[in-house]
Amino acid sequence: MSHPEQIVPHGHVLRYTLRERLTHWVAAGSYIYLMGTGLAFWSPWMFWIAVMLGGGQISRMLHPWAGLIFTAAVIYMFTMWSKQMRFEPVDHEWWKSLHFYITNQDDKMPPAGRYNAGQKLLFWSFFGGGLVLFLSGLVLWFTDWLPWSWRWLRYVAVLVHPIAALATIGNFMIHIYMGVFAERGAFGSVIRGDVSMAFAKRYHPGWYEEIVGSPDPPK
Amino acid sequence: MSQATLRVQKISGHAGSIAGEDTQRESQVCKLVDTTTCIGCKACEVACVEWNDMPFSPTVFDNSYQSMPETRWNYWNLILFNEHEREDGSLQWLMRKHQCMHCAEPGCLEACPSDGAIVQYSNGVVDFQQDHCIGCGYCITGCPFNIPKLNKVTKRVYKCSLCTDRVSEGLEPACIKSCPTGCLHFGTKDDMKDLAEQRAEQLKDHYGYENAGVYDPPGVGGTGVIYVLHDVTKPELYGGLPSNPSIPLAVKLWKHPLKWLGNLAIAGGLIGLFVHYLRFGPKAREDEDIRPAGGQP
Repeated sequence: MSHPEQIVPHGHVLRYTLRERLTHWVAAGSYIYLMGTGLAFWSPWMFWIAVMLGGGQISRMLHPWAGLIFTAAVIYMFTMWSKQMRFEPVDHEWWKSLHFYITNQDDKMPPAGRYNAGQKLLFWSFFGGGLVLFLSGLVLWFTDWLPWSWRWLRYVAVLVHPIAALATIGNFMIHIYMGVFAERGAFGSVIRGDVSMAFAKRYHPGWYEEIVGSPDPPK
Repeated sequence: MSQATLRVQKISGHAGSIAGEDTQRESQVCKLVDTTTCIGCKACEVACVEWNDMPFSPTVFDNSYQSMPETRWNYWNLILFNEHEREDGSLQWLMRKHQCMHCAEPGCLEACPSDGAIVQYSNGVVDFQQDHCIGCGYCITGCPFNIPKLNKVTKRVYKCSLCTDRVSEGLEPACIKSCPTGCLHFGTKDDMKDLAEQRAEQLKDHYGYENAGVYDPPGVGGTGVIYVLHDVTKPELYGGLPSNPSIPLAVKLWKHPLKWLGNLAIAGGLIGLFVHYLRFGPKAREDEDIRPAGGQP
C-alpha cells in the first residue's frame, strides 16, 4: 500500500496538489480581506483598515462578495477533504497527548495520518464557522430588505456574525502560528506542495507509512 | 442656535475623544405632537418633502388615510392612521406623525461603525452625515422606531434631520411651520414638556380621557419628539408606537460585552502565541527536517 508516485525528487514528498494549494490561497486571500474589513466594522479603533483598503463604502460593498468567494472555497475544500477529515480512533489518542504536542515533544505523539486531530478540528471549525458567517452575513448584506416584523433576524445576525468571526479569528491565529512559525516546512508545503521525508515522518507518521509502505506491510 | 456654534456631542464609530463634548451648554430642542388635535391633513408630509428637496413619492392606497405603509429614504415624515374600535363599539381615528424621534441615547448612533456618519448635536438633534455613511444598515438594526431607510441606489441611509438647517438659523422645522391645527409645537424640551403636561391635564379634566398623557420614553433617555396621547397606556394603538422602547438588547450585547470580550480574546491569543514561541520555539529546525539525526541529506 505504498504510493511512490507521491515521492518527488530530493527526498521530498508531495503533500498538497496544485488544486489543493490554489483552493487554499483563494480561501486565504478572501479570508484575510474579510478579516481586515470585518475588524474595521467591528471597532472604530480598527476602521483605519477599511480606509487603507479604499474606504468604508468600498469595504462595505466588497466584503459580502469576498464572503461569497470564501464560502465557495470552503465548500470546495469540503468536497476535497471531508473524507480525510473524519475523526478516527488515533485522533482520540492524539487529543489525550495534546500537552506533548504543545511542548514540542512530537516523538511522544500517537502517529497522525495525513491530518492530525488538531488540523481536523481546525478544518471543521473553519467549515462550520464559514457556513454560519455566510448565513448571518446574508442577513446583514440585505438587512434593509427585511420587513420590520422580521427585525429579530437582524438582532440574531449582529450577534452571531461577530461571534462566528471571532471563533474563526482564533482558528486563523493558531493556523498561521503553526503553519508559519511552529512547523518549519509547513508553509513551503502550501506554496510548493512538497515537504521533506523527515517532515512527513515526524509530524504525520501514519501518512508517511502510507506513502513509503510500512516496514512490515500487513500482507 | 446658529450653525457656527452648533457642536457635536456624540459621534458614531469614533475612536478617541469628541471635540465638542461638554464644550457648550445648549437647550435641547423638541417637537411636540398633540395627536388629539391632528386631523391627518398631511400638510407636514408635503412640507417635509418640499423643504428637504425630495421628489414626491408615489403613495400607496390601502383603504385608510395613510399615505404609504412606512417612511421611505426620501419620505421622512408620515401620518400613521388607525381606526380604533373602543370597548363600547364606537370608533376613534388615531393619527400620529411618525418621524425620527431624535433619542437622547440613539440606537442608530450606537450601532453605526462609520466614523462621523451619525452625530448628535449639542441641542439633541441626531443627524445622518451621508458623506460618511457606508451603507451597512446597522443603524436600521439599532433603531427601535424603524426610522433609518437605505437608498438602494446611493447606498446611503436617510431620515428626518429635524430640519437642522432651519433650526440652526432659528427657524422651526418645516413640518411645524405647515401645521394648520396647531397640533405641532416646537421649542425647548423643558417648554414642550410643560405644554404637553398641561394639554394632558386638560384632556383628563375637560374631555374625559382618563389615561391621557405624555409619551417621552425613558428607555432611550427621552426623545426629541414627544407626543400627547389620548391613552398613554396603549401607545401601540398609534401605528405601533412601542410602549417601552430601548436600544435592542442584541445591539447592546454586541457593542459592549461581546466587543470587549472579543478584543481581550484576540489580544490574549496574540500574546499567548508569542509567549509560546519564546518558550518553546519552533517544533524543529529546518535543517533537522532536511537532515534528520544520523540520516543522509
